[in-house]
Amino acid sequence: MKRVALVGMPNTGKSTFFNRATGASARVGNWPGITVDLLGAKLLLAGEMVELVDLPGIYDLHGFSDDEQVVRHFLENNPVDLVVIILNASQIERQLSLALQIKQLCLPAVLLLNMADESKKFGISIDAAKMSNSLGMPVTLLSAKYGNGFQDAYQTIAQEIQHGTPVPPEKLKVLLAADDQIENDMESVLGHAVQIPVQLSDNLTTQLDRLMLHPWLGLPLFFLIMYMLFQAIFMLGKPLQDGVGWLLEAFKQGALEPLLAGLPTALHGLLIEGIYNGVGTVATFVPIIVLFFLFMALVEDSGYLSRAAFLMDALMAKLGLDGRSFVMMLLGFGCNVPALMGTRVMRSRALRLLTMLVIPFSLCSARLQVFVFITAAIFSPKAAPLVLFSLYLFSFAAAFTTALLFKNRFQNNEPFILELPPYRFPTLRQMVLRGWHEVRHFLSRASKFIIAGVVLVWLLTHFPQNVAPGSVDTWAGMIGHFMQPLLVPIGIDQHLAIALIFGFVAKEIVVGSLAVIYGLDGTALTGMMAQQLDWVQAYSFMLFTLIYTPCLSTIATIRSESKSIPFTLFAVAFPLGLAWLVSFAFYQAARALGY
Amino acid sequence: MTTVNLETLKPGESATIAAVHTDRALYYRLAALGFRVGKRVEVIRHGRFSGPLHVRIGATDIMLRKKEAQKIEVQTHS
Repeated sequence: MKRVALVGMPNTGKSTFFNRATGASARVGNWPGITVDLLGAKLLLAGEMVELVDLPGIYDLHGFSDDEQVVRHFLENNPVDLVVIILNASQIERQLSLALQIKQLCLPAVLLLNMADESKKFGISIDAAKMSNSLGMPVTLLSAKYGNGFQDAYQTIAQEIQHGTPVPPEKLKVLLAADDQIENDMESVLGHAVQIPVQLSDNLTTQLDRLMLHPWLGLPLFFLIMYMLFQAIFMLGKPLQDGVGWLLEAFKQGALEPLLAGLPTALHGLLIEGIYNGVGTVATFVPIIVLFFLFMALVEDSGYLSRAAFLMDALMAKLGLDGRSFVMMLLGFGCNVPALMGTRVMRSRALRLLTMLVIPFSLCSARLQVFVFITAAIFSPKAAPLVLFSLYLFSFAAAFTTALLFKNRFQNNEPFILELPPYRFPTLRQMVLRGWHEVRHFLSRASKFIIAGVVLVWLLTHFPQNVAPGSVDTWAGMIGHFMQPLLVPIGIDQHLAIALIFGFVAKEIVVGSLAVIYGLDGTALTGMMAQQLDWVQAYSFMLFTLIYTPCLSTIATIRSESKSIPFTLFAVAFPLGLAWLVSFAFYQAARALGY
Repeated sequence: MTTVNLETLKPGESATIAAVHTDRALYYRLAALGFRVGKRVEVIRHGRFSGPLHVRIGATDIMLRKKEAQKIEVQTHS
C-alpha cells in the first residue's frame, strides 16, 4: 500500500484537512503544536487504497523540539510515496521554508495552501501556477475549514501518487544534514509569485486584541469569560446529569433488579450496588465532560486561549509555570480530568508534569457537592458561604504552594514563545468531533480502573459477610480503626475514615456513603452528623477532602497522560501528606485556641 | 541608527532584526516563526507586571517573554 505523509506547520489546519479526508476525529485546535500522537487512516484515492499519516505540526525539519524529532524519525525510517505539505496561505512568506526543505530532500511532494479564504481577506494574492513552476511541485489553494478546493487537492494528490518514487530512508538521513541553500531559494520564489501588502489592514483580530489584551480590562474580562463559561457548563450540565442519573436508576429498577433477582445475595449486591451504581455515578459525569469539551473547543479554536496565556504569564512565571498552566488550573475547577488532558499542549515534559501536579488541587464540582452537604449540616446559613469561599482560597493556596515547592525539581527552560493566531470561529462540526473524541478517550481509559476501584470499595464495605454493610465491623471499618493513630490528631473518627476511603474512588459517592455508614438518610443524617461532629472536626474533614486524591479517574488520567508510574505515585502521595499536614495544623491550632 | 535589544522597544515602535543571540534550538524555533535577520518586527504591546511582549512580524503575531526578547538585537530606524 502506498503511504502519504501529511506535513505542515502548527496551526495551519492540517488536522482539519486530515479529518475531512479520512472522516476520523483527530484533535483540531487553534494552539500551535497540538497533535502529539501519530494518527493514521486508510482511504481510497483514485481506485487505490492509500495510508494517510498525520505527522505532528512542525516549524522546521531541522529543529530540535520533540515534534520535529518525531517527524524526522518518521521520515528517516519509513518510506513515503508522497508528502502532502499544508501551509497557511496568509503566512506563506515565512512558512514556505518548510516546502523548500521537503523539496531539498527530493521527496515527491504536493503543496496545499490552506486558509485561502483568510489570506484573501488580508489582501495577499497568490499565483498557484507560477509558484508551482518555481517550486517544481504542484500547488493547490484550499480552505479546509469550509471544504473549498478539496476536489482539486484530491485530484492532485491522486495524480502525483501514481508516479512518485519514494526516496530510500537512508538517503534522507544524509540529505537532512544540509540546509543553507533554503534561505536564498525562499526569497526568489516569494519574489516571483507572492505579493504582500507592506502594512496589513487593521483587521478584526487587531481590534479584538485591543480590547481583550487591554492593560487594565484584559484580566477582568478574562475572569468574566471564564466565570461565564463555568456557569454555562454547569447550568446546562446539571439537568443532563440528573437526567442520566434518572435513566440509570429507572433501568436498574425496571430491568436489572427483576432480571438479577434470582442470584445469590452477595453476587446480586456486588453487581448492582457495587458495579452498576459505581459505574453509573461516573457515567452521570459524561454530559459535563461533553459540554466541557464543546466549550473548550470553542475557546481553544477561537484563539482566545493563547491570549489568556499572555495575560497570566507574568504571575505564573514566578511559580515555575506558564500562562497555559493557569488556564488548565481554572478548567480544573469544573473537572480535573479534562484539565489534565488539556496539558498536552505543553511541549516541555517538566512543565507538563508540574502543571499536572497542581491541577488536582482545583476544587472540582464533585468536591463542591460534598462541601455543600457538610456546611449545610454543620454551619449556620450565615457562615456557610464564607466557609465555602475559604475552601476555594485553600484550593489556590495549595496549588501555588505546591508549584513553589517543586518548581526547582521540575525545572523547565522552555522558552515561552507562542503564536497568537487570528481569532476564528470554529465550525459546529469541529466542536462536536472534538467533544466526542475526548469523551471516547476518557471512557476507554478510565472504565477498567473505575470498575476495579468500585468493586474493591464494595468488597471492603460489605465483608465479612455477617456484619452490617458500611459499619465499623467491616474491613473498611477495620482499616479505619487501624488508621486511628493517624486520623485522631486531625479529628477524623472511624465513620468519617470510611467515607474518606469511599472518596478515594470518587467524591460523588461520599455523601451517599455517609448515608450507608450512619444507616440514615435525609434530615435524619444531617441531624445525626450535627450531633456527632463539631465544626472544627467538620472543617478539618473538608480540608482533608479538598487536598487529598480527587478521585480514581484523576489518578487514571495522571497515569495515562504522564506515562509514568513513579510520577503517578508521587502525585498521590504528596497531596495525601499535604492534606494531613494542613488538617493537623488546623485541627490542633483550633483546639489549642479553645474551640 | 542604533542597535538595541527587542525588549527595550516601546509599543508601536518597529525595528529591523540585526542578530539573534540564542542557542541552536531556540534559534531555529525563532527563525521558523519569522525572526530572521533583516526582517521588520513591530512591538504591539507589553504584558502588565513585566509580562511577555506581543510582537508582529509580517502577518504573524507572536508573544515572547522578556528574557527571550533580550536575546534579539534590533536596529531602530530613527
